[in-house]
Amino acid sequence: MREVNVSEITQAVKKLCMDANYYLPEDVYSALQEALKKEKSPVGKSVLEQIIRNADIAREEKVAICQDCGLAVIFMEIGQNVKFVGGDLKEALFEGVRQGYREGYLRKSTCHPFTRANVGDNTPPVIHYDIVPGDKVRIVLAPKGGGSENMSRVMMLKPADGLEGVKDYVVQRCSESGGNPCPPVIVGVGVGGTFERSAFLAKKALLRPLGRPNPDLELAAAEQEMLERINKLGMGPMGWGGTVYALAVHFEMEPCHIASLPCAVNINCHAARHKEITI
Amino acid sequence: MAEDYIRLTTPLTDEGVEKLKIGDRVLLNGVIYTGRDAAHKRMVEALDKGEDLPFDIKGAVIYFVGPAPAKPGWSIGSAGPTTSYRMDPYSPRLIALGLKGMIGKGGRSQEVIDACVKYKCVYFGAIGGAGALLAKSIKKAEIIAYEDLGPEAVRQLEVEDFPVIVVNDVYGNDLEKEGRKQYEVRD
Repeated sequence: MREVNVSEITQAVKKLCMDANYYLPEDVYSALQEALKKEKSPVGKSVLEQIIRNADIAREEKVAICQDCGLAVIFMEIGQNVKFVGGDLKEALFEGVRQGYREGYLRKSTCHPFTRANVGDNTPPVIHYDIVPGDKVRIVLAPKGGGSENMSRVMMLKPADGLEGVKDYVVQRCSESGGNPCPPVIVGVGVGGTFERSAFLAKKALLRPLGRPNPDLELAAAEQEMLERINKLGMGPMGWGGTVYALAVHFEMEPCHIASLPCAVNINCHAARHKEITI
Repeated sequence: MAEDYIRLTTPLTDEGVEKLKIGDRVLLNGVIYTGRDAAHKRMVEALDKGEDLPFDIKGAVIYFVGPAPAKPGWSIGSAGPTTSYRMDPYSPRLIALGLKGMIGKGGRSQEVIDACVKYKCVYFGAIGGAGALLAKSIKKAEIIAYEDLGPEAVRQLEVEDFPVIVVNDVYGNDLEKEGRKQYEVRD
């Protein structure tokens, strides 16, 4: 067994919180520049230029790309030959989020659902654990903003709806979202499993690098078709009219129950932030 | 839709907002106030109790934002708009009292659009997710009410050439609807 001290996990998470919020991933930055070339609306072009300039300022001055520094969503892959020592792993993750958001001048956005009192330190993070072969620990941290999360849905379609039903639902969801989720957006689609599994797949789809279609040719074709249909709606950057509303549609699929066709749509704003580390 | 910027200084007047049409790009100057979900709820509760609002609503502009904390050397942290529809239940009441401008992102309800026509108020859009860039136009920020709300406290901001676009004007037009119509491709 390889021993990993949880204090190392705290330090890693702290740094991931800051880096993810300051540095827009390269693939997203490139996709925004491509979008600028494709966008036909002058207003849309101006929006994209300012979004790119914003990412430059955030990177150079180490400030948050967006004031909504999100809930901290943590995907953790733990090698089955790893033994954690030095304390409570979950508490180590919480402490990393606390330190990262406090010392990084990041906005704390968790609150009581009804009193709306701010928790004050952006805990709890949303943690997805996975046990994998090996003796490494991989942590992916994805700050997720509320505006685009609010436009996301899970729909239990009928099996008879099929792939066409999924495509129609995804396009309709974008059409109804308009400017709310900060377009140009990335659309994560999760089909399969149970109610909550489809939502997890949709979230995971958002982490796939842009420009990399699903290796399954049928799903890749569906991604392309949905992207074209969404952009033809004419909503454009910020929903003020234009030709680029979505940068990509990422579709992940798994088997589901014979009675069901769960379909989740998780929308991400253009500030599609995520950073990872392997320990 | 005009390409040139129109400079406006707060407080706004009926005559000032009457000149604005959807798609106009505006640079705001002067004092504006922040308020989002929790602050709006409290402001409307204050009105219900017959209490004063934390600032003079006549001619005012409210920016729907919960800024990030300021780093040393900055007057405010990242400060882009939040989604506006969540303020829809509260906005018509404030518009009726003389609010002249709102800044946010995303669409508004028909009730808000109607109130904008009836009482002459404009809904401006700012670029969501451009918080670092927008913070550069905010020269001073001071909490003036509801400090316990943290990022949702009401702040008085001094802005210089703060860039916005007119999304709903006093004539009932809607940039989201019109922009979409213009660029929609039907097969």
